[in-house]
Amino acid sequence: MSDPLLRVRDLKIGATVYPPGEKPKKIEIVHGVSFDLEKGKVLGLIGESGAGKSTIGLSSLGYGRGGVEITGGEVWVNGRDILKGGIKGLRKLRGAEVTYVAQSAAASFNPAKKLMEQVTEGAISHGRMTRAEAEKRAVELFRKLGLPDPENIGNRYPHQVSGGQLQRCMTALALCPKPDLVVFDEPTTALDVTTQIDVLAAIKEAIRDTGVAALYITHDLAVVAQVSDHIMVLRHGETVEYGETDQIINAPQKEYTQALVSVRSIEHAENLPKGDPVLRVSHVTARYKGTNFDVLKDVNVELHPGKTLAVVGESGSGKSTLARAITGLLPPTGGRIEFAGRTLSPGLNQRTRDDLRELQMIYQMADVAMNPRQTVGTIIGRPLEFYFGLRGDAKRKRIRELLDEIEMGDGFIDRYPAELSGGQKQRVCIARALAAKPKMIICDEVTSALDPLVADGILKLLLDLQKIEDVAYLFITHDLATVKAIADSIAVMYRGKVVRYGPKSDVLAPPFDDYTDLLLSSVPEMRLGWLEEVIASRRMESAGN
Amino acid sequence: MKNIPLSAMIGLFFTALYFLAAIFAPLIAPYGMSDVVSNEIWAPASSEFLLGTDSIGRDLLTRMIYGGRTTIFIATAATILSFVTGSVLGFFAAVSGGWIDQVLSRFVDLMMAIPSLILALVVLAVVPVTLPVIIVLMGLLDATRVFRLARAVAVDINVMDYVEAARLRGEGTSWVIFREILPNALSPLVAEMGLRFIFMVLFVSTLSFLGLGVQPPLADWGGIVRENKDGIIYGIPAALWPAFAIATLAISVNLVADWVLNRTTSLKGGRG
Amino acid sequence: MHPIVKLVVQRLALGLLLLWATSILLFSLTEALPGDAAQAVLGQNATPQALANMREEMGLNRPAVTRYAEWFGGILHGDLGRSIINKVEISESVGRRLSTTIFLAFWAAVVAVPLSIFLGLLAVRFRERWPDKLISGLSLASISIPEFLLGYLLMYFVGVKLGWFPTNAIISDGMTLGQKLNAIALPVIVLTMVVLAHMMRMTRAAILNVMQSAYIETAELKGLSGFDVIWKHAFPNAIAPIVNVVMLNLAYLVVGVVVVEVVFVYPGMGQFLVDAVSKRDVPVVLACGIIFAAIYIGMNMLADIVSIIANPRLRHPK
Repeated sequence: MSDPLLRVRDLKIGATVYPPGEKPKKIEIVHGVSFDLEKGKVLGLIGESGAGKSTIGLSSLGYGRGGVEITGGEVWVNGRDILKGGIKGLRKLRGAEVTYVAQSAAASFNPAKKLMEQVTEGAISHGRMTRAEAEKRAVELFRKLGLPDPENIGNRYPHQVSGGQLQRCMTALALCPKPDLVVFDEPTTALDVTTQIDVLAAIKEAIRDTGVAALYITHDLAVVAQVSDHIMVLRHGETVEYGETDQIINAPQKEYTQALVSVRSIEHAENLPKGDPVLRVSHVTARYKGTNFDVLKDVNVELHPGKTLAVVGESGSGKSTLARAITGLLPPTGGRIEFAGRTLSPGLNQRTRDDLRELQMIYQMADVAMNPRQTVGTIIGRPLEFYFGLRGDAKRKRIRELLDEIEMGDGFIDRYPAELSGGQKQRVCIARALAAKPKMIICDEVTSALDPLVADGILKLLLDLQKIEDVAYLFITHDLATVKAIADSIAVMYRGKVVRYGPKSDVLAPPFDDYTDLLLSSVPEMRLGWLEEVIASRRMESAGN
Repeated sequence: MKNIPLSAMIGLFFTALYFLAAIFAPLIAPYGMSDVVSNEIWAPASSEFLLGTDSIGRDLLTRMIYGGRTTIFIATAATILSFVTGSVLGFFAAVSGGWIDQVLSRFVDLMMAIPSLILALVVLAVVPVTLPVIIVLMGLLDATRVFRLARAVAVDINVMDYVEAARLRGEGTSWVIFREILPNALSPLVAEMGLRFIFMVLFVSTLSFLGLGVQPPLADWGGIVRENKDGIIYGIPAALWPAFAIATLAISVNLVADWVLNRTTSLKGGRG
Repeated sequence: MHPIVKLVVQRLALGLLLLWATSILLFSLTEALPGDAAQAVLGQNATPQALANMREEMGLNRPAVTRYAEWFGGILHGDLGRSIINKVEISESVGRRLSTTIFLAFWAAVVAVPLSIFLGLLAVRFRERWPDKLISGLSLASISIPEFLLGYLLMYFVGVKLGWFPTNAIISDGMTLGQKLNAIALPVIVLTMVVLAHMMRMTRAAILNVMQSAYIETAELKGLSGFDVIWKHAFPNAIAPIVNVVMLNLAYLVVGVVVVEVVFVYPGMGQFLVDAVSKRDVPVVLACGIIFAAIYIGMNMLADIVSIIANPRLRHPK
């Protein structure tokens, strides 16, 4: 049997870390990983942040990012150990045999040069093609990747095309020199869900048509399941499980993989609301100061006590603006917001202390939602003191109870936010909101900055707390899996309008409006062949029209 | 107080030494401040005059100690003035926003568009040169820089989610400024304070050197350089001593400020 | 109109506005503060009668707004007024001194700019190694050392002890360029040292900022040679910040020149200004002040305009 295209053996990678106020330290971040990749195949590398997946991907180009270096093992490409060839050998390999697609195409293109020049540069400088050949191939790739005006788009500068288009250009850049292997590093993570599916399909087709092999790195198992032949699950720089995609998705062996596969499978039966709503938003419009464009247009929604309303939409849909309008941070220019039976003043300053207390908020980025100079005890204790005048032992007792409710021990009471993990930080923010004994909590993308398993834990906690405290959630998210997991009713927002609204079972059942259809069908599902099905059905629809 | 790096130790030691010498100047100076104690001008160092004598036969060490006292006193007073004015107005501008912020910021832009030395010289051409005038002038000119920093830091913190959370809770402006913003703005401000102090030392020394700062017979380091500068071309290094003192004081304070900045940002929590 | 033209015009207008505001600020500082030019000339012990006469003679009794309008109108026509000490036209004395000062600043810039960019590159090349540490140590020292100390140290060791260069920078029309350069060698070295560390540090930061961009990584992962990465990808993006750094430091040089001229008894604008201040010759001080401020504001404006022109996002709008 011939050598595989890429053979990695017992790869060890070290990094230099700079703890503030201490001497720099060397630590090992990848502890001996091995795998093979045959010509024309795709291997998915999956793991949470810090699993070492990007680092492993870059090692196949012999590259370490900022203080990261390969400390042991072998990386064979086309029968050569690239770690032994020195920098000259690596330069011959990079941009020719192996190429790279970065997560942020916007930052990865040189702002001062035209796209065509950057896309063809590798192919030309390695002497693999003449300029004319390279430009011809680039145009072909632009066309294959579904870019508009493929003949001329290369004359534009990076800032003149959209994010999704730039990501496709990056793929063209990687494919242009006819490499044997492309490393895709989270190529769709920064994109909106409806853009992601097109880019994903374009990448998959390009891989198939050019017969190139690929390492596909992502944290989203559902995405990687669509494009790869094999999957390697990584955690803390070690291999957890390595096998064919079918086996990993349908018959995972290891507990961690099973957890990843079953993530977002929380079931929450929809509860039909009874009685008066706790929140009624009627005909609300809003705009930012100094603009003449409504970011919210005639929004009407209701939320009942102890229930969850999920507001879902892509970036720019106005979902976070709705939260700001309800809290009074952005006083609406029209319409009415009723809360707990009374009409709220539009602006924050006119609201009563009870209005403020009963309406709490949890943020997306827990680490900037807490004052880094306050301890957990102060953070949770302040609302107790501020709203209920609790002091001393009474306050401390209540803080302990709250810490208990969020499943953290009272050992955390004197810790600072920086000493907590991402999930723990978000739990403290939940406790701070609960401390006010609110009737309703606005959750603004509270799980989207977290790794899937941690996010799951937070969602479960929120659901449990809802049962105990009978609090209503206005849950803002772009992630439909989250919506399915926790909502009782759903409002779909698009360009400042609510385009679909009702109980979960109605909203998620056909017939759909166009946008909701697009949104729902774009969410990657954890099964093989999903991408093909969606693309095929979209093609049929557009052919039918 | 463990784990103080060597550089900070050295800085701390010399800074303390200079400040102690300034405070106890009358006790440690061997002679009176303006006593002419020798017939010989620019006498070389001897057991009687440890650094020699100056251009009119005064003991140079004595002049240096008293000069340090004046320099450090002026620099400290001006730093405090600049800090209080600059940071109060800066925080105020950041938290109020709107036209108050606009007016203050544009005025500071204007002040900073002109080199401070030039501004200072224009003012000193008109007003009588006295200690309070110098302190107020330096303090106010420098307050513009502190204002910019304080405002920038406060504006950054003001948009943090935790400040928004405090506003949503219904907290008042004073809680927001003193409990949410100030603790997080402190470390960059403290480090800046060190730099401002150095700048003040250099500034007052420059003014005195130009003959437009501290007036004789009062001594300060810049003035001592001026008094003895003519010796240089005859190969007499008397003027280099005060200049050397200025440099070592400035470097020491810098080392301490550097360490304070590193230490406070690596505290539990850090900033952001 | 192309957006870049619009931005440049806006920046120019802002510069002029700033200059005008500066003239008002400087003029009103000399007006509003206790004591006026008459008092300044005659001293604290002048009799009220003498003061009144002096004020009459200097035209100080007319409203300040009128005098400002006259003064500012004069500046626009190149008339800076007359000295109150020796009654000489200020424009005449300034013209000569300004060119002398610019001669000094020019040669300082000729030495300092290439040197500091070279050292800045060196610091980036050997980042976190000893050349870099040395450079950051030097810049710490340089912000701690007053200009006049540098001046006297050089004068003492290089001028007096070694006798390489003259200690006083006296130049005259009859001298050849070589003689002139020899005469200003020491002040040029001092000025170079004053701006060098600053410029090095800022150049280093500007280049590092570019080198740490994701597109440099992209270029490296294309397998380009080290030279190509720097020449084709880093350089086009680094040029604007570096020009910016240079401009800001040249502006800084303008201030450094005042002290250095006094140290080396160099007959330029700085010396002129300091003399006028100690003689309380307010018109001369105002004239010098506005000239220094104009140079400083102009340099800063140029720096901004360069950044605007160099920004590809503005040059090639959507």
